[in-house]
Amino acid sequence: MQWASWSAFWDMGGYGLYVWGSYGALFFLILAETFFLVRGRKRTLQRIRRMKNWEQQ
Amino acid sequence: MLHFLLTVIRRDLLLAARRKGDWLTSQFFFIMVVSMFPLGIGPEPEMLRRVAPGVMWVAALLASLLSLSRLFAEDYRDGSLEQMLLSPEPPVLLALGKALAHWLIYGIPLLLIAPVLGLQFGLPADVIGVLMLSLLIGTPVLSLLGGVGAALTLGLRGGGVLLTLLILPLYVPALIFGAGAVDSALAGLGPEANLSLLAAFAVLTLMVAPWVAASALKISIE
Amino acid sequence: MAFSIYKYASPMTFYGLAGKLIPWFAWGAGILTVLGLYIAFFMAPTDFQQGEAYRVIFIHVPAAWMSMFIYIIMAFWSAVGLAWNTRLSFMMSRALAPTGAVFAFLSLWTGALWGKPMWGAWWVWDARLTSSLILFFLYVGIMALWSAIDDRRRSDRAGALLILVGAINVPIIYFSVKWWNTLHQGASVSLMKSPSMASIMLIGMLVLAIAAWFYAIATALTRVRGIILERERQTEWVKELLEKI
Repeated sequence: MQWASWSAFWDMGGYGLYVWGSYGALFFLILAETFFLVRGRKRTLQRIRRMKNWEQQ
Repeated sequence: MLHFLLTVIRRDLLLAARRKGDWLTSQFFFIMVVSMFPLGIGPEPEMLRRVAPGVMWVAALLASLLSLSRLFAEDYRDGSLEQMLLSPEPPVLLALGKALAHWLIYGIPLLLIAPVLGLQFGLPADVIGVLMLSLLIGTPVLSLLGGVGAALTLGLRGGGVLLTLLILPLYVPALIFGAGAVDSALAGLGPEANLSLLAAFAVLTLMVAPWVAASALKISIE
Repeated sequence: MAFSIYKYASPMTFYGLAGKLIPWFAWGAGILTVLGLYIAFFMAPTDFQQGEAYRVIFIHVPAAWMSMFIYIIMAFWSAVGLAWNTRLSFMMSRALAPTGAVFAFLSLWTGALWGKPMWGAWWVWDARLTSSLILFFLYVGIMALWSAIDDRRRSDRAGALLILVGAINVPIIYFSVKWWNTLHQGASVSLMKSPSMASIMLIGMLVLAIAAWFYAIATALTRVRGIILERERQTEWVKELLEKI
């Protein structure tokens, strides 16, 4: 283990802003993309279902 | 085949001669964009000389894009584009002819205006010669590549802005070699290397772009 | 054998296949990410030249790789689609583009955050950075073209053509930017000092690169399933499928 404490881990030898800025952006974008994918799938299903019901009437 | 190519070019030249406003707009756009830069960055002659190659080239890119969005638009609206594509002549020649006509109408006047603007930026005479040479080799590339973009965005809402978005990244090599040639002439390094690279890029574009533009036209029409 | 390939080229069978594959790739991506991050933060030692800031590299390099690989794969599917008129290949390249753009953006963002402590500037007009920026512009342009064309057939083919033109152009752009860079300031920064990189760093980077692959595959397959449903909604199998879920 190379980190003396949690605060040393977050500090990253003074480069915390740069390191966590990068990893933060990575996770933010991955979570955002996943969220939009799941929501997009739900909406597609809803839309198709609605169109199908509409056609059957 | 050559006959068809010449017909396409002559037709566009005639149309352009009838509508002078169209192509004058584009030339004045070029002049005005270039003239805005000294106002924005200050009148120091040394600095203006440094930025002149880049400014002129970027203005040339923008001016070409401004006119390219109309390259096929008229013919598309009145249906003559479809007729020409349905004719037995190869569509490659149509795309090539259109791009060449565009170059004659917009590229050549640009070439003639550039030296005057070069004087405004304090470029020495031999550097202005290189500038004209780089534009002579480079502007056909802009017309050919832009023809691809114009064919892809044919008849779309906001086609002009979209064309800019699609084609500007593809213009990068022409910009770098073209402005680079003038830059190295200014620095006294000799523009040969940049000019040969620009010419190589122009030859490659000439070999590839008309075919791509022709298939883009077919995709957009059907 | 050829039969099985053609079988999966039909959207219906591919829909099912993709549905089975997605969980594997998604879980694989998750597990590999955790493993890669553990290597990156707890096993890799501090770099004696760059300090802790070099840990950005663990995600910067995979993101930059992915942004290029995804573009190449998109170009491949576009060529296949234009040559053989296969519906699925256009859908694949469409499904890949947003993920590619995300990775291109990440490679720029992390590059800036790594460059600031290393070079003292958020951005330098270095050959790699500049061509990554232009690659990002290309992604944006392609997606803008797709969304501007309503007609599906035209949209697919126009996008594919643009992707292929870009694929020819990207190496030329990279070369020209490199050329331009050597002419102007001598700020030739060697990005990766490969010999000094410890092997554990390389392993961490590779693990994260594989995780990025799995992630890209999972997202692209999810997206392609959505596109298939949308485009095949008139067919019987989609109607039957809707009864079930």
